[in-house]
Amino acid sequence: MDHDLNGLTKEKYAAVADRHSAGSNVVKNCALAFVSGGLICIIAQLFYDLITCSAASHIFGEIDEESGKTLTVMFMVFLGVLLTALNVYDEIGRVAGAGTIVPITGFANSITSPAMEYKSEGFILGVGSQMFRVAGPVIVYGTAASVTAGFIYYLIR
Amino acid sequence: MSVKKGRQTYVNDRGVYIRETAAIVGPREKAGPLGDCFDEVRPEDWGEKTWEKAEAKFICAAFHKLMGKTDRKTEDIDCVLAGDLMNQCTASSIGLKDSNAPYLGLFGACSTIAEGMCIASFLINSGGMDNVVCMASSNFCSAEKTYRTPVEQGGQRPPTSQWTVTAAGGLWLSSEPGGPEITSVTVGRIVDFNITDSNNMGAAMAPAAADTIMTHMSDLNRTPDYYDAVITGDLGITGSGILREITGLSESVHMDCGAMIFDPVKQRTNSGGSGCGCGTAVLSCCFYPKLIRGEMKKILFVATGALMSPVSVMQSESISGIAHAVAIEI
Repeated sequence: MDHDLNGLTKEKYAAVADRHSAGSNVVKNCALAFVSGGLICIIAQLFYDLITCSAASHIFGEIDEESGKTLTVMFMVFLGVLLTALNVYDEIGRVAGAGTIVPITGFANSITSPAMEYKSEGFILGVGSQMFRVAGPVIVYGTAASVTAGFIYYLIR
Repeated sequence: MSVKKGRQTYVNDRGVYIRETAAIVGPREKAGPLGDCFDEVRPEDWGEKTWEKAEAKFICAAFHKLMGKTDRKTEDIDCVLAGDLMNQCTASSIGLKDSNAPYLGLFGACSTIAEGMCIASFLINSGGMDNVVCMASSNFCSAEKTYRTPVEQGGQRPPTSQWTVTAAGGLWLSSEPGGPEITSVTVGRIVDFNITDSNNMGAAMAPAAADTIMTHMSDLNRTPDYYDAVITGDLGITGSGILREITGLSESVHMDCGAMIFDPVKQRTNSGGSGCGCGTAVLSCCFYPKLIRGEMKKILFVATGALMSPVSVMQSESISGIAHAVAIEI
C-alpha cells in the first residue's frame, strides 16, 4: 500500500483512532440496565400477585402458581409487542440498553420490530421470513445448547 | 478539457459553475443547528407505506424543487447523476424514473455527491454536456433497515456511532457562467486502515479524507490556508478529531457537515450525522448561500464514504474509506 499519510502505519493509526473514540459509559449503562430491568421484573411480579391474590379469584376464578406464571409471561410479551407497535420500545431501549433487551419484553421486541419493518415486502417473504432474523439465532442455539446440556446430564447422572 | 495536475487532481479548463441548489430534509435535521437553511422539511415517511417509497419521494421532490428554482426545463438537462445508500440505488432509480432526464446511477456511499460533482466536471469539460444535475439522498429509516437493525428494535448506540441524515438534495452544474465555480477536483483512492467496527465510521473514513486532502494540496502545490474552509462530508465528531490530528488541519479551517447538522447532546445523535444526504444538504443549503453572499470565497468540499455493505461487515471485512475533493471558488 502506497498511502503515505506522513508514514502512518495501521498500528499507529489504531492508537490514534482509539484515543479519539469515546467508549461507552459502562458504569452508567450498567446502573440504567439494573434499574430498568428491575422495573420490568417489578411490573411482572405485580401482575402475578394481582391475578393470583384471593381477591382476584372472585373475578378470574382460582389461578394456580403454574397458570399464573404462564399468564405473566404472556402479559409481558404482550406489553413488549404493544410498546414496540406504539414506537416507544426503541426509545426506552436507547436509554435502558440491556435492561430492556434481556427480559422477555426484549425478545418480543426483537420479533415484532422486524415483522413491522418487513411488512412492506408482504406477509410471506417479508413478515414470515424476516420476523425471526434477530430472535432466530437465539432459538436455534438455545435449543442446541439445551440438547447438549441434557445429553451431558444423561451421561453423568 | 480537464487538465491533470500531479497524481489525482484535474483542473477544469472549461468553466463549471454551480448555478442552483436545493435540499429537502426530515424533521430531526430541521430541529438541528442548521435547520433554518434548508428549503423544505417533510416527515421521514412522507405519508408513504414503505421507507423506500418515502426516500424516492424525497429525491423526486428535491429534483423538481431544484428545477423549479431555475429557468430551465428537464429537457435542458443533459444528465442526472444520482445515488443513495439503499440496495442498488433503489431510491434514485424509483424517484427519478419519471424525470425524463438521462440518468447515471452512482454508488460512493456517503461520498456520492462529490463523486457526482467530479464526474459532472469531466462531462462538462469534455464539451459534450452543458447542464448536469448531481443528486444524493439518504433516509434514517431506510439506512437502518439496509445496514443495521429494524427501526423499532430497542438498543443502545455507542458514542462513536452516527445518525443517518434524512435528506435529499441536488446541485445544477452548468458550463454557462454564473455563481460559484468548480475549479478543480481530486478523485480519491480507496484507503483502508483496518477499522472493522461499523459503529465507528468516522475512524474508518478519516484516513481517506486525509489522503485526498493531502494529495489535493500537493498536486496543486497549495496549503490548506488557500481555502476559507476545508469541509468534510460526514466524519462526525470522532472522525473530525482523528482527521485534524493526522493532517494537522486546524479547527479554524476544517469543518464537518456531520458534526454541524445535529446538536449531539440535545438530539442524542452521538458522533453526529452521516449519509449521502448529509454533505449534500449542508453544501447545498449552508455553504452554497455563503459563497453567493460572499461570506466565503474558496472552499474545498471533501465528501467521505465508508465502502461497506451488510454482507462485508458480517464477513468481518475491514471498512474501506473513500473521499473525493471538489474545489469551489467565487
